[in-house]
Parts: sequence; C-alpha cells; structure tokens
Amino acid sequence: MAKNVLSRLPEIQLPDGQLPEWEQPVVTEKSEPEPVVRPGSPDLSRRTFVAVSTALGAAMLLPAAPAQVTTDAPPELVSVALKVNGKTHALKLDPRTSLLDTLREHLGLTGTKKTCNQGACGACTVYVDGVRINACLALTVMHDGQSVTTIEGLAQGDALHPMQASFIVHDGFQCGYCTSGQIMSGVSVIKEGHAGSDAEIREWMSGNLCRCGCYVGILAAVKEVRDAGV
Amino acid sequence: MSPAVGQPIPRKEGRAKVTGRARFAAEYPIRGVVHAIPVLSTISRGRISSIDTAAAQAAPGVLAVLTHLNAPKLPYRPFERPLETSTRVGVFFKPLRDDVIRFNRQYVAVVVATTLEQAEAAAALVRVSYAPLRAISSFEEGLSAAHQPREKGSRGLPYQRGDPELAFAAAAVRVDQRYTIPTEHHNPLETHATIAVWNGNQLTLYDKSQWVKGVQQHAALAFGIPYDQVRVLSPFVGGAFGSALRPWAHIDLAAMAAQVVKRPVKLSLTREAMYGTTGFRPETRMRVRLGANASGTLTAVMHEAWGQTSTYEEYTENTLDATRLMYAVPNLSTVPRLVPMHVSTPQYMRGPGEATGMFALETALDELAVALRMDPVALRIKNEPLADPESKLPWSLRSYVQTMQLGAERFGWARRTPAVGSMKDGGLLIGMGMAGATYPALRFPTSARIRMNLSGSVTVLSAATDIGPGTYTSMAQVAADAVGLDVALVNVELADSKLPYAHAQGASALFASLSPAVREAGRQLARQLAARAVADQRSPLYGLKAETLTAVNGGLSGAGKRESYAALMARSDAPLEVHLTSAPPMSAPKQSTHCFGSHFVEVSVDPDVLEVRVRRVVSAFGVGRVVNPRTAHSQAVGGIIGGIGMALHEQTHTDPRYGRIMNANLSEYLIPVHADVPPIEAVYLDEVDYAIGPLGAKGLGELPIVGVAAAISNAVYHATGKRVRDLPITIEKLL
Repeated sequence: MAKNVLSRLPEIQLPDGQLPEWEQPVVTEKSEPEPVVRPGSPDLSRRTFVAVSTALGAAMLLPAAPAQVTTDAPPELVSVALKVNGKTHALKLDPRTSLLDTLREHLGLTGTKKTCNQGACGACTVYVDGVRINACLALTVMHDGQSVTTIEGLAQGDALHPMQASFIVHDGFQCGYCTSGQIMSGVSVIKEGHAGSDAEIREWMSGNLCRCGCYVGILAAVKEVRDAGV
Repeated sequence: MSPAVGQPIPRKEGRAKVTGRARFAAEYPIRGVVHAIPVLSTISRGRISSIDTAAAQAAPGVLAVLTHLNAPKLPYRPFERPLETSTRVGVFFKPLRDDVIRFNRQYVAVVVATTLEQAEAAAALVRVSYAPLRAISSFEEGLSAAHQPREKGSRGLPYQRGDPELAFAAAAVRVDQRYTIPTEHHNPLETHATIAVWNGNQLTLYDKSQWVKGVQQHAALAFGIPYDQVRVLSPFVGGAFGSALRPWAHIDLAAMAAQVVKRPVKLSLTREAMYGTTGFRPETRMRVRLGANASGTLTAVMHEAWGQTSTYEEYTENTLDATRLMYAVPNLSTVPRLVPMHVSTPQYMRGPGEATGMFALETALDELAVALRMDPVALRIKNEPLADPESKLPWSLRSYVQTMQLGAERFGWARRTPAVGSMKDGGLLIGMGMAGATYPALRFPTSARIRMNLSGSVTVLSAATDIGPGTYTSMAQVAADAVGLDVALVNVELADSKLPYAHAQGASALFASLSPAVREAGRQLARQLAARAVADQRSPLYGLKAETLTAVNGGLSGAGKRESYAALMARSDAPLEVHLTSAPPMSAPKQSTHCFGSHFVEVSVDPDVLEVRVRRVVSAFGVGRVVNPRTAHSQAVGGIIGGIGMALHEQTHTDPRYGRIMNANLSEYLIPVHADVPPIEAVYLDEVDYAIGPLGAKGLGELPIVGVAAAISNAVYHATGKRVRDLPITIEKLL
C-alpha cells in the first residue's frame, strides 16, 4: 500500500485548494455505532482494563450504554464510537490514545493542533457535547458515544462560521497554528457569557496561546461576532 | 485599477487556516506512515556506558530501536558551497554517531513503532546508563573560559573608533552598568516535525522549515545523494521565529529511521524535546559604559557582550552591531566574547542580536537621560548621526527621529511628568518609557517563476516559505501589479524545493529578496504577452506597437482597443512562463540601509504586590513602503508582544548543578497570553526607500521586537525608581 503512494509524490496543497482524492483520510464511517467495549466488560484483558480505568474515573460517570464485547478485535484495542462533526466513526483504538491523537492520527482531522500536549496552550480545543475541552488531556475511551466538534465542523459547507470570517477580516492569525483553538474558544467564550468586556474576553481566552502575537486581532474578531449577536 | 501593493488585502491562505485545512508538516496523510519517538539524554556531558533496548525492541508494534551502536553511519558529505546562512564555526551535531553526550536532552536513541502510542510507550523502556563528566552548566562557570569569537565578520571582531576609554574618563556624566538577558526559547506553537518518505533513493521530506532549499541541501549531503533526489515541502509553518532556519538533527533521524524500517516515518518532536534540540536565544551578559557632556552629547560608548554558545560550535550574534550605528559618537568600542557551555547550539531568535544588544543600550541611554535630567527623546535626537558612524556611508533613509516624533505625539508623551513615581492612577503607580529600534534592511539573491495560465489567471512559484508574515498575499499583490490583473486572479505556490531557489525566510529579508524577482518576472510576462498580441491577427491589438500597450485590469490596452488575458490565452496551447533570478548589486554598497522605529509604553505597577502590567503601547516604524497594512499590523503587533514576553515573562531556567532545563514546557516557560496584552498601536511613516529594491519596502519581521524590553524597563523605572537590568522583570526584582 505504501508503495502505491510513494510512486506518486504528493503535490503541495494550494492554500484554497481541495485535497486530491488520495489524500483524503482513511476512515471507516458507519451510520450505526459499532458494538462498544466498556470498562468492566467481562472479556477485557486486565491490561486494557487497567489502562481504561486508570485513564480517568470519569469514564465511569458516562451515561450507561449496553455493555457489549467485540469478539474480533485484538484484546489490546478498544472499540469506541465517536460522533465527530456529525459523522459517527467506529474506531478500534489503543486505550492510551488521546482524543487529540485520535482526531489527528486516526481520523485525519488535523485542524485540531498538537502543541504542548499537556493542556497549557489550548491549540487542541474542541467541543465535546458542546463544551470546550483540551483534546490532548482527554482519552478517547472517556468519550465513547459522545459528540465531538472540531474546527472542520464549524463551517456550514462553504459558508464560514462568523468567527472564522471575522478572524480573516481582523487578521487574527499569522502562522495559523493556534487559530483553530482560538476560533473554537472564541465561539465558546461568547456562548458561555464571558465576552462582556475586553478584559473579560482576554481573561477567558487566556488558555489559548498565540506565539505570533495576534491577540489584538483575535480580540477584535471575538468582539465583532459578539456584537453581531450570532 | 489601483495598485494592489499598499492595500490591506486579506490573507490568501486565510480560509485554509481558519477552517483547519492548511496542512502543516506532521499532517500529511501518508499511507503506511509509522511513528518515531526520540529518547533524550538525562545528563549534560559524558558518555553512554550502556544502552539496553531489549524491552523496547520486544514491545508491541516496535519496528526498530536505533542507537549509536546500530544506527546507519550517514556519509555527511562536506559542504562544497554552503547555502548555510550562518557562519557558525565548529562541527554541527550529528545524531547517533557516537557515545558522547554534549548537552542535556541530546538524542541517544530513536524508537520506531506502528502507532504513536506504541512508540511512546516503547521509548520509555529504553534504559541508558551514563558515565557523566562535570558539565559547564552555569554562566558563571562558563565565564572562566570566555573567549573572543573565531568568526571574523563584523559581529565576531572587536571594533573601536576614537579613544573611548579616555573620553569616558573625561566625560561629565557617566553610566557604567551591566545588563543580562536570560536564555529564551523560540517555542513556536507547532512543534518541529518531519515526515520522511523514501522511494528508492528519492527522499521526500515534509518538514517545518523556513528554508526548504537549506533542508534539501542538508539532507542530500547527510545521505550522500544528489540534491535533486531530495524534495522538501513546507507550505505551512506553524511559527518558527528562527528555530526553523537551520536543519536540525531530527530530520536526519526521521530519514534514517525511514530507511531502516522501509516505511514512511513521522517524527514529531515533543515540546520538551524542543528545549534540547532546536535552538534558543543565548543568555547574554553585557556591560555598557556611556559618557556624555553636560548638555547630553555622547562622547564615549563602550559595549561588551558575553554570549552563551555550545562547546562544539561557536554561535555569535549581532549583539553589538546596532550600538555602532545608532548614535553619533566619535569614541566607541564593542567587544564580543563567547561563553562555551554544555548546551546545544543557540539559534537566531526574532531580532537575533539586536533585540539583546538594544535592551542594554536603550536602557543605559535612559539612565543617562535620568542622570542628565533630560527627556529621553530629546537625548536621542541630540545624538542623531547624519551618516552611518561605522561605515561612513550616507543613510538610504534614516527616519529614527521622525518615528520618535510620530510615536510621542500618538502616545501623548508630552503628558509624562519626568519625576519617578509622579504619575498615578488610583492606587497604581504609572510609568512611561520609550526606547529606539533598528534592524538592517537586507536582500539576498532569490528566484521566482511566474506563469500565465490558459484561463488568464497567474501563478507565482518560489521555494520561499510563508511562516506567517503573509508572503502568499504580498507576492500575489506584487505579481498582480506587475502583470496588471486583480490580486484574486493570482495564485501563489511556495515552499517546495522543486520550485525556484529562494533565500531563507529570515533576517527580515525575504520580501525584499523575493519581490524584485516576482515583479520583474511579471513585467516580462506582460511584455511577452503584448508581443504575442500585436503579432496575432486574431487579436484586437494586432498591428499595434507592443511597447505602447498597457497591462491593466486583467488584459492589455492600447489605442482605445483592449484584449483580456483570458481571451489572449484562449488562443494559446500552453501557459506562458517567465523564470527570473534577482540579486542585489554585487558592487560595494553606496548607502547604509536600515529600518528604524521607536516604542512608547505605559505600565502600571501595583505598589502592594509589585505586579507590572503593560497598559498600552504605541510604536512607530520607518520601514519603507508598507506593502499590506493588514498583515504588516499583525507583524508589528506580534513583535511588540514578543518584546513584552522578553521584558516580563520569558526565561529558560536551567538547574546549574545538572544543566537540565527545568521548565521545558509551555506552562512554566511563560509567554504572553491574551490577558497580558493591552491595546497596541503600530503606526508607520509614509515613506519609500528604493535603496534595496524597486518596491521601496524594507523588512518588518525583526524590528518590532527590538527595543520593547528596554521601553518597558524604562517605564518600570519611571513608575517605581527600580532599575531592572536583568530580564525578565519579575516581582522579586522590584522588592
């Protein structure tokens, strides 16, 4: 399979261009979730159980789903159903896989960025059931059955989300690497009711670092969207 | 049709960036790609006595564990004609070559596994034993071995004019102080990453680079293959600030691992690894002596610097360059020294040298102004040189004084009362400070190709990168004006080593280097199209003189007739291309070309907890023509915010006993966040400077960070009476 790709070296992606067909991420998409393994399922190996249960006790607090066991997956892998940007993905994952790495390495959704990998920078901000979190601090198994929104899911088709459009107008980015997280947080800050004053926006956006120093443009973009009331 | 150059055109790549579709180095979905995770040394100096990889080898999914014992010995052919921008003296670090540890977090092994999780887990199983040697891990220790750089350029050699010692001794007013900036790390938000793909003996590297041609050359030499067998792509770079100017050892590791496992390999550095392996701004200690007469005329300046370097390479910065040209003073000396330590080699970081040296000079000048009871702006204006005091060349355009006048007016400097602690806002102490900025305006040979497509649109192609300043957009603007069409019809393709040669995106030189090539190629393209049109009976322009035609509005016009490029190209069976190299004149420069600026800062200091907040910044810049006010503003504001980081936040802390960086992350290495950033106003002089290029533009990447830390330090002094001479200005230094 590798040889097939190597024989045709990828062209660079034009800034506004579409991805060629072969560059589309390899993902299994199913409309119905696959059977799910949860901690406590009888056939889980101890190793998997330890990994899952030590990952976070919070996993136990998730809404209960019928406990089912896959029979064909190797014991090291855990089946997880994840709804991402409206599409349900049935994944078999190493239980150590973070939500960030799942998006980037397994689903080809590289718009969510990896920067500090320890919750200090906000570049990996996504919504889980509508609430912003740092995807690098979340294990995917904790979010089985939940709904994830990434930057790729923010626009409605070709129509940019107002925050995305406002970032372009106010040049709220240079290199573009923190941008996804800034936009995701910007939308949330307004929704959370933390966009009252400049100082309040700055405070509630402070979990999203920008090394190019585009904070002035980002603030202007968030204010514009707030004032437009969208 | 008004020119595109000068318009605030939104970024061409904006949509790709706000939708998450812009692909950065680690994000190419290469089928069959496997993951490499490096293992880093835990000592700073010594040898590897044993390395146990058995557990890692046996771990699930592991394809290879490479160490100095089994890694292929790459040929590393010597540079014949180095493209390297640097003149570092020494031998660059080559990974997994021997058992010698030269710095902490040096690569000692690399684990390759099918998945990232497997590679990370297995890397933790590699057991390394060391025979440590005593490392030089503190600057004080290193000072005993300080020496003059071997580099013979302007930054390496001591410089003197007049007799500064004598003049200093005779001066009516003197300042003699020491200033320090700590080690700082670039910390671009995208970590350095490389995907290496071998196809036979062809190597493709998706890399984070400010200079794909440099990486191409490095990889070709490292693996002993011809340049054209290496292709490097870096169309989007998630910040770099200098750290991606140099090809680092992880590129070798990724390509080496890919060769061994015969699969494409992705090596994405962790944030921690970048503290050991991708450069830093060196800790630099300086002594500045200023002498002046009672009316404020400088009579003596002596500036010495001791800069950190590694033990295997000498890295010398332009720390003292700005001092030699900033003010009119007949007696001046600059003395550079290097302090070798067991660290990896430092690397240019935004405003390298100038940002460091100007912190000291501009703070010292403020101290002199206080001693003279003189306004700091007036003191600077009094010592304005009519020509470059070092080269004696006339300035191409020196608008330093004008930037101070404009900045002072916009800031409201006249409202400042000079006495320390005299300005208050409620319970807060208010301080106002200013400082100057300069950076050389440079230009290097660079090529571009421009193509008129059959549809009548234009494509600009160059190996140059766009790490964030907006090269995609500015080059579209330049091409649009040169060919005479709307900027929306220009597509720009960059950062592929197969494209025409471009100099590194560094030293604020890329626009000035690339734009002349794009502009001239575009003009030639329009001329060729005109020649085609007038010779073609099917063209409405047939029979006219080509040189009388005007290229405008997406076509050619003349004698009341017109043909669009789309119509013209519809009769063509192939796109038309012009390839062109543009270089600055080889003759000795006749003018001294620099950018200038000044910063005005207001801080508040809480007298109870001594917290310093920057409340507003106004900076004025003289950078020639501003090509795109929208992207320029982001450049300027970003540099100023970098300066706020230097002043108040940034410091890499090293354990002096073991040489290990203790804050190798983004939670303890502080950079400015939203809440640290006040309203910032950047204004530009309305000027053009044709000395280095036909567009009259200079550069804006480095200049805005230079001097900011001094302006903030000067403002803190004005508020508190505490003069902080070692950065960052943290609370304990104000006690």
